[in-house]
Order: sequence, then structure tokens, then C-alpha cells
Amino acid sequence: MTEMTYLRAISDGLRTEMRSDERVLLMGEDIGVFGGAFKVTDGFFDEFGADRVMDTPLAESAIIGTAIGAAVVGMRPVCEMQFSDFIACGFDQLVNTAGKMYYRQNLPVNITIRLPSGGGFSGGPFHSQNPEAWFMHAPGLKVVAPSTAEDAKGLIIASMRDPNPVVFMEHKNLYRHVKGEVAEGSYETPFRARVAREGEDLVVITYGAMVHTALEATADLAGSSVMVLDLRSLVPLDEQAILDAVRHCSKVVIVDEANETCAAGAQVAALIAERAFEDLDGPVVRVASPDCPIPFSPPLEAAVLPSVDRVREACRQLLEY
Amino acid sequence: MATGTTELPSGPETDAQSAHLTAGDSAGLLRAMLLMRAVEARAMNLYRQGKVPGSFYDGFGQEAVSVGAAWAMSAGDRLCVLHRDLGAHLVRGVSPATILSQYMGRAAGVTSGRDGNVHFGDRRAGCVGMTSMLPDMMLVATGMAMAFKLRHEARCALTWFGDGSTSRGDFHEAMNWAGVQKLPVIFVMENNQYAYSTPTNLQFAVNPVERAAGYGMPGTSVEGNDVEAMFEATREARERAIAGGGPTLIEAVTMRMHGHGAHDDMKYVPKALVEEWRKKDPIDRQSARVAALGHDVDALRAEVLEQVEEATKVALAGPMPDPATATERVFHPRDAEEILLEDGAAPWSGFRS
Repeated sequence: MTEMTYLRAISDGLRTEMRSDERVLLMGEDIGVFGGAFKVTDGFFDEFGADRVMDTPLAESAIIGTAIGAAVVGMRPVCEMQFSDFIACGFDQLVNTAGKMYYRQNLPVNITIRLPSGGGFSGGPFHSQNPEAWFMHAPGLKVVAPSTAEDAKGLIIASMRDPNPVVFMEHKNLYRHVKGEVAEGSYETPFRARVAREGEDLVVITYGAMVHTALEATADLAGSSVMVLDLRSLVPLDEQAILDAVRHCSKVVIVDEANETCAAGAQVAALIAERAFEDLDGPVVRVASPDCPIPFSPPLEAAVLPSVDRVREACRQLLEY
Repeated sequence: MATGTTELPSGPETDAQSAHLTAGDSAGLLRAMLLMRAVEARAMNLYRQGKVPGSFYDGFGQEAVSVGAAWAMSAGDRLCVLHRDLGAHLVRGVSPATILSQYMGRAAGVTSGRDGNVHFGDRRAGCVGMTSMLPDMMLVATGMAMAFKLRHEARCALTWFGDGSTSRGDFHEAMNWAGVQKLPVIFVMENNQYAYSTPTNLQFAVNPVERAAGYGMPGTSVEGNDVEAMFEATREARERAIAGGGPTLIEAVTMRMHGHGAHDDMKYVPKALVEEWRKKDPIDRQSARVAALGHDVDALRAEVLEQVEEATKVALAGPMPDPATATERVFHPRDAEEILLEDGAAPWSGFRS
């Protein structure tokens, strides 16, 4: 085991898989010589060369479209969007071409799309978004979102090995703030939820950066025992883990950093309403960013993103219900 | 000032047989075009009988574009096929019964009823089916070519797209990417004068074939209704691609002789224009060439019609898909065997010598 940051864990996963599978090809803007905007592929160019760590034209639709073509003839491309926001320019290729290819033509598309996402550092409206729900709504795409260094490595390896298109949400605010013990060599993290902390009185269901917000917010809630469920995968959604947690705790707070309407948490809330109504001892409570763009100025951004205080207050009120 | 339609010389000299084709090839090209026309005519009847759901889209009058280009492609090459290019599927070996089943949404269609019309590619023939967002497949073909180049394989990718597609960003992104990386890919633009109801003068100010130079690749205009000219232009482009010379843009100048779909009476197209193009019918043209080589064209025609009638019986006898399967096969199972594109038929005699 080695302690490393979330960012280094992603790099380690990519490097490990590239060394063992020559079909893996990295594609993106400024990922080669420069090592990527966030340095995830720092040093890769020297080890693997320009062919496998490809600096592409500034063209997101082309990055994804050509990756699809390479995949159906036997490559395993991993595409980096420089910021998750830029996926909007490649949306059609991902949603229409990649997502529906297997269903229509029995032709799987093994591509992984890495999306550096999330806010909290004055990135403004085009460098802070959490677009995961766009892809949850598009059949044929898997969506995963690690919150720890260990899962970041295991999920990126599992994504590359999955024969389907996988959207890999990597939260920029976790890149250097989160560290953890990471196993050496190759391992996979399953596309299933994990219990980040056991608890009895209430469960916070969340994923990505909000796992850390939830853990901090509920660390000391006047003696209450709060479970935190880290979804890790949004498609497939670990329905059984969600229902088990609700049955166990009977009170639920769902936290999304994304805009509230139709966010991943909305699907979780719908699932609980349909299949765990009898297990609830209070209303399902949601905490998310309001439905506005993520603003630039620090006080404005802080007013929008779910904070430790907002999550704690939501939990406190529900515990008193 | 360039116009939407490139003027090309026509006359007896263009009807000489290509030096790279045998008499058997010339007859094979004609047979594939006859088969395309017969399958589509039969499908149009089935549509009128209510047996083809949705609408129906054909390539009547454009048969030479897909047949000629596909004829130049090897078994290991890969094709992304557009909706008026049924001939490419036939050249690659997809059976008429499978195609008619596809049109009718039957279980035996290439997509098992999951997609309609010519929105299919038989992966066992090395083909990827189009999406409706044109020209998305230009990028997919570019990606295939990128993989071939990275792996140092002597293979090539080809895709067709229409004149209207050249207005979208994916046209630029694909042309630029293929030019920058000098990829073995052939872009065949079918300039059939109309994108649905929009004529080319409302689509572009400069004929897109002239844009090729800006992307660092040759661009060539070909008489799209001459199947052997289409073959020859594609053969040359393929030879250059395999030799490391990079991509080519081919403009196939042709005419959409039917409406955009069966629901479209195309009253927006001047009748005189249609009549003018009717005289340039690609099948008539190749029939004359093949007859001059001593083949019995009437016998060939009769044989094709019989084949399509048999195929129709088979397709009509096949079941519709089971509704219980509608939500299946969204994700490929992790532990299942890897599925990739496979080699298709490559009938050109040049691949056998």
C-alpha cells in the first residue's frame, strides 16, 4: 500500500492498465507533452509515447467520435475532457453513437470518458458543472463517480475493462485534497455502493465530493449515529444497497453537488418513494445546488454549493422529525 | 465562383471500361446496382402495403455511388454506410432477405427490429450503421483509420455522407483530424443536390470538395452516376491511403431522384431537373457498357428480380421480434466474449490477383 492523492490514484490506475494492455490509448487536449491540465497524465508521454498518449485537436466531438471508431476495431480508448463542462460539445457522439451502438447493432463500444467535474474553486459557470445526470438519462452509458483514492484507481481500471461506454466522473476538488492508502498493482472496484460510515439513526446517500461533505457534516451530531452511503456508481445504481440502508436507518438525506432538478439524487428519492415507503420515519430530504449556473465569485459560489453546514442542518432537522 | 454542382464532362470516352476491372467486375457492378434497385422497389411496395413501419428511404438513381466505392474496398477495410447506400451492404455480402426483414422491423433484420430503414451496419460484414445525426460517422470512420495507422495495418476506412452534412461541425472536425494525422480514410460526399428540401445553394457558398485543400488532402469530383468512375476514384484514394498518403475527399455528383422519404412528393424539385438526370441513370449507363462486353443484361435483370422475390418470401415468413426482448442488450455483459467488426465480402478481382 502507498499513500497517494486521488489524482495520483487515477494516474496509477491508467498507468497500470496501459502497461498490461496495449489496446489502451489515451486521447485528449494537452494530455501528452504537457501532461494534462490537471497533470493526471504527467510523465505518460515519456513512458508510452505520442501514439498512446495522444494530443488531439481541440474538438470534443472528434475525440469521442474517433474513440468510438477505434474501439469497434479493437482499441480501448480513454478520452479526457479537459473539463467535464466541455462534454456538451461531444454530447451527440457519446449519447447517440456510443450509447446506442450495442443495442442497435450488437457492437459494444469500449470507451472510457474521463470528466474532471465539480466546483468549489471559482471555476465559474463553465468549469464547475456536475453533468452526470445528463448521462444517467441516456441509455447505454455507465456512470461512475469515485470519492476516495482507493476507489478512483479501482474504478478507472474497471471502467477501462468494461466493454461499454463508461463516463468516469473525477471531482477536481478531490484531486489534491483527498489522500488515501492505495494498493499497488492492478485491482478493480465494483460498480456498487459502499458504506463510508456505519450508522443507525439516519443515512446520507451521496457520491463523489459530497461524501466528504457528508462525513464531516455528520461526524458529531449530538450523539446521533449517521450512516453515509457512497453510491460510487450511478449507472448501474445499486438499488439494493439504497433500500437496505433506508430499511436500516428509516431516515434519509440525499446530497447532490449537481443542480437539484433531475439530479442523481432525484432518482434515488424516486426509488425510495416507490419501494421503501413503508420503511420511512420521515420525509425524504434532499440537499443539492439550486437550479442556477455555478457562479464565479467565492461568496456567490459558496451560497450555491451544498456546504457542510447545510448538510448538517438538514440532518439535524430530520433527526428531530 | 464555385456552384453547388460541379460541371463534369460527359460523353462516350467516360464510358470506357476501367483498366482495373475485368468483364466479370463490370457485370458484378451492374448486378449489385440492379439488386439494390430491385430490393428498394420491392421494399417500397411493402411500405405501401403497410408492411414497412415508419417511412421508407431509398437511393434510387444513386446506386453507382455506394456500389462503385464499396467495390474498391478490401475484406479488412471498414465502412460506415449512409441511408442511400444500400449497394454497399449488398457488395459486402448482406443478403436481400436480411435487408427486407430489417425494413419490416422483423426479428431477422440486422438490428433485430431495434432500428429501422437503412440505419444498420452488419458488423459481420465490417460495416457500422449510421446514426441520424449527419455526418457523425465521418468521425467514427476517422477513428477506425486512426487505429489502423497506430497498429501499422494496411487497411482503410470509408464513409459516405450527403451535401447537407457538410454544414455541420463534425464534417470539419473529421476532415481536420484526418488531415492532421494523415489517416487512411476516404470521405465520399454524395452531392445529390438536395438535403431533404434544401438545395445546395442554401447549404454552402463554396462546393465542399474545394475545402479539401484547406485540410491538406486531395479533393476530387467524380461523375457519381458512373459506377466505374466511382470505383476508380475510390481505388486510387485507397491506394494512396494504404501507402501512407492520407485521406481523400471524393465528391460524387449525383441526383436524388425520389423524395427524401416515401412521404415526400418532392414538389420543390424542378421537373426539368429530374428529367435531365433521368437520362443519366447509372443502371442504364452500366447496362450499355456490360452489354458491349457481351453479357446478357436481360438475363441478369431477370435473375436479380427472381432473387428478390425469393428473399421477399423469406422475409415475410419471418417473425416479428418478441416484445419481451425490447429492453435487452443495452449493456454488453462484462464476462461475455469480445465483439468487434469482422471482415466483409470484397468481390473486386484485384483482391484475388
